[in-house]
Amino acid sequence: MRIGVFVCRCGTNIAGTVDTQAVAARALACPDVVYATELVYTCSEPGQQEIQNAVLTQRLQGVVVAACSPRMHEITFRRAVEKAGLNRYMLEMANIREHVSWIGQDKAANTEKALDLVHMAVAKVRRNEPLFGSQVPLTKRVMVIGGGVAGIQAALDCADAGLDVVLVEREATIGGKMAKLDKTFPTIDCSSCILGPKMVDVAQKENITLHTATEVESLSGTIGNFTVTLRKKAVYVDWDACTGCGLCMEKCPSKKNPDGFNEGLATAPAIRIPFPQAIPKKAHIERSACRYFTTGKCRVCQKICPVGAVRFDMEDRHIEENVGAVIVATGYDLFDPAAYGEYGAGRYPDVITGMQFERILSASGPFGGHIRRPSDGREPRDIVFVACVGSRDKSVGRPYCSGVCCMVIAKQALLARDHLPEARCYVFYMDIRAPGKNYDEFVRRAMEEYGVQYIRGRVGKIYPKGDRLVVQGADTLLGAQVEVEADLVVLATGVEPARGAKELAEKLHISADTYGFFMEGHPKLKPVETNTAGIYLAGACQGPKDIPASVAQGSAAAAKVLALFARDSIATDPQTAYVAEKVCIGCGKCLTVCPFGAIQWKTLRDGTKKAQVLETVCQGCGLCNATCPPKAVQLRHFTDDQILAELEALCA
Amino acid sequence: MPLNNRVAYYPGCSLEGLAVEYDVSTRAVCRALGLTLVELDDWNCCGSSPASLYDPMLSATLAGRNLLLAQEVHLDTVMTPCPGCLKALKGALKTRDAHPEALAQALGRPLSERVHAISVLQLLYEKVGPEALSQVVRWPFDGLAVVPYYGCLLTRPQTVAAFDDPENPVSMDRLLEAVGCTVADFPFKTECCGATSAMTRSDIVARLSGRLLDMARRLGARAMVVACPLCQQNLDLRQAQVEKAMGTRFGIPVFYLTQVIGWALGLPAQDLGLDKLIVPANGVLPARKPPEPSAS
Repeated sequence: MRIGVFVCRCGTNIAGTVDTQAVAARALACPDVVYATELVYTCSEPGQQEIQNAVLTQRLQGVVVAACSPRMHEITFRRAVEKAGLNRYMLEMANIREHVSWIGQDKAANTEKALDLVHMAVAKVRRNEPLFGSQVPLTKRVMVIGGGVAGIQAALDCADAGLDVVLVEREATIGGKMAKLDKTFPTIDCSSCILGPKMVDVAQKENITLHTATEVESLSGTIGNFTVTLRKKAVYVDWDACTGCGLCMEKCPSKKNPDGFNEGLATAPAIRIPFPQAIPKKAHIERSACRYFTTGKCRVCQKICPVGAVRFDMEDRHIEENVGAVIVATGYDLFDPAAYGEYGAGRYPDVITGMQFERILSASGPFGGHIRRPSDGREPRDIVFVACVGSRDKSVGRPYCSGVCCMVIAKQALLARDHLPEARCYVFYMDIRAPGKNYDEFVRRAMEEYGVQYIRGRVGKIYPKGDRLVVQGADTLLGAQVEVEADLVVLATGVEPARGAKELAEKLHISADTYGFFMEGHPKLKPVETNTAGIYLAGACQGPKDIPASVAQGSAAAAKVLALFARDSIATDPQTAYVAEKVCIGCGKCLTVCPFGAIQWKTLRDGTKKAQVLETVCQGCGLCNATCPPKAVQLRHFTDDQILAELEALCA
Repeated sequence: MPLNNRVAYYPGCSLEGLAVEYDVSTRAVCRALGLTLVELDDWNCCGSSPASLYDPMLSATLAGRNLLLAQEVHLDTVMTPCPGCLKALKGALKTRDAHPEALAQALGRPLSERVHAISVLQLLYEKVGPEALSQVVRWPFDGLAVVPYYGCLLTRPQTVAAFDDPENPVSMDRLLEAVGCTVADFPFKTECCGATSAMTRSDIVARLSGRLLDMARRLGARAMVVACPLCQQNLDLRQAQVEKAMGTRFGIPVFYLTQVIGWALGLPAQDLGLDKLIVPANGVLPARKPPEPSAS
């Protein structure tokens, strides 16, 4: 074989701490290497051109590029060698940037290590074989997981383009967190007035299949052809029959149950429609609150329902959906302020969260849009807002900025002053983060036009004094301790991943960061892709985001799906397992370890059983290869011979 | 006696002088609850604040020697009632974990990873617990209104203390409820009493301790319950100074937790050092018949 080695300087990224010229010169001593050179930026157009020229003039049959991580540019170089007439799998990369130059300062040692990696890549490429993927048809159907504003936007954009969309939401209604908000910054337009029509669109689009009260159980398959198993939770009401008349809610005798939609500030009957604009507008029964389920007697709703829709014997059921792509838009949850014992949330009824204040502000909220204290229903005269409760605080495991709270506080304080012109509003903050369009101007308006008092410092303690609260904090600009007496304290709780996010990441085979936010394909260049092909992200499931950013990502993810579905078939990855039938002893171990069900039995004419790999299902993980006792299962492009050759080169 | 009920006891200097009633009541309560305190032989000063300010390694060495004494008698748990001593002991443990060789060299021997330090509050809360305590109470307090005051050190910093909620601890609340007290939600339970400023700026102590006593009075408390000799000193010994500075009269007795528990267990007054209190406890502690001879 005739092999060429191309050592990238990557400007000074690699050449700063690796003698790339020496690496190239010494690579010539490797077996089969007939050509070696260093290049300044191998990934640039002239760099790729050099490789292609060398392939032609030197009649190269294999190429080694010693540069960055293959995650970065393997695709780039595979395309480059393919254009020069080689099979794309006749390329190997040696990662001498992330694995060498960026992590060590000793140039001599780095150069030796870079050379070792080049030796290994050469040893491997000598045993590479041309591989060819096949084309499989695409299922042009998309699943969107999460019916908040990001998921709704993604679903509508895909549906507008004519795709069949399956929208899955774990709650009984779509709308997400945005449906709970009163007004939105920085324009103070009503949240439900701008979200409501989109929710109705979802219900009316014929090509959107909506599954609410439904959770994802598992996902199998690959880009273009996923099978998703869903669990439709028992809601104890036949939604095909239910008309959403609400009679059951009126007659239900179990009324005093915490109302999750109103953040526990109001009560709701056991059988309920979450809120008047719910989509679908159907009733469901909260099992733990229902008298029939807890005591065995009642059935009032069943007797009263004019269409006989109540079904106490309903059970969870599983359904399968086949889709070609998945958009994950599962949103966020809010930090539980009980971690701050000094703030007394949960102990003092007038210390509330920002989301509870949204419900108080809302005309459909517990007080009909009048600002009142939860404890005694009195109008507050002094309201204190506390920023960064569960944001930018390592001591509670939330070192990151939640990004949206500064604007939420400014909006809420401004609205409070608007509702109650006599009330005084104070904001304790660390820094004001308002980088969006018209955002800082909005905060200024709250301060200057609405007279909201901003105090730069943390709150150290909140305690009751009579029927009021004393907020004790620091004013770091004055360098003084301050105490503010308040009737109501609003804690701006931070953004955290939605509950169950890590478990969902495992089911979908995507990665999550230490907190549980899903990982994007690249922090700058692939914001809505994941590292699993065919699965995309939108909204706050990837990290804290406000409404404009979530909507933009919903549309961006939809655009990615539409681009994918613009073709009719998709090339499969040929890096799959195969079975050497003569070596296979039919032990079946590979069948038990394969996480994708890609191996099945095959009976030969003489009746003996052998393992057989389904190439369209195989993901190339290599578990079967590692497990097979006689090493009959091999992974293409990563055969035992290839890996042992690499090790031999390393140990030589 | 099961082995795990034996605990190394490090009283510290305060408990030999100013807080002798904390020492006797701690010993009496532990004895009554079946916990064997093994006082460390030849223990030394923990170094207190001066040593840690002068040289953290000196502080770790002084406190570490006491931990080593426990290790030598095969005891892993070192209990000290004084939060200041506890902080010094935990500082030595942090040094052991961060720089084991340096500490071993200073002490002449390595300090085992099993050795740890706890307060008497943690010992009573975790080894006995409110449930078991309520079972053995002989003279419950019948709803005496008290406020628990933990002080600044007992639960903080959280990474060092590793016990209870750092800002809103409840362990002492639960133990006091177990002996029949009515415990108000005392918002200043971890606020500063003025601590060692008593020597140089008694006006600061008058203001800060005054705030605590004022809040206790507003909550209707008839007594404060503490777990720190320095807090007790500022609130009890200096209560007259605070009253003078604020132009008011509190008359709120300040008990150690162990004195209150001991009284409810029926231990004799002399075993609890109640006569050492400056603000008299008369009229606050419920009357009780003299305990039977078997009580202690």
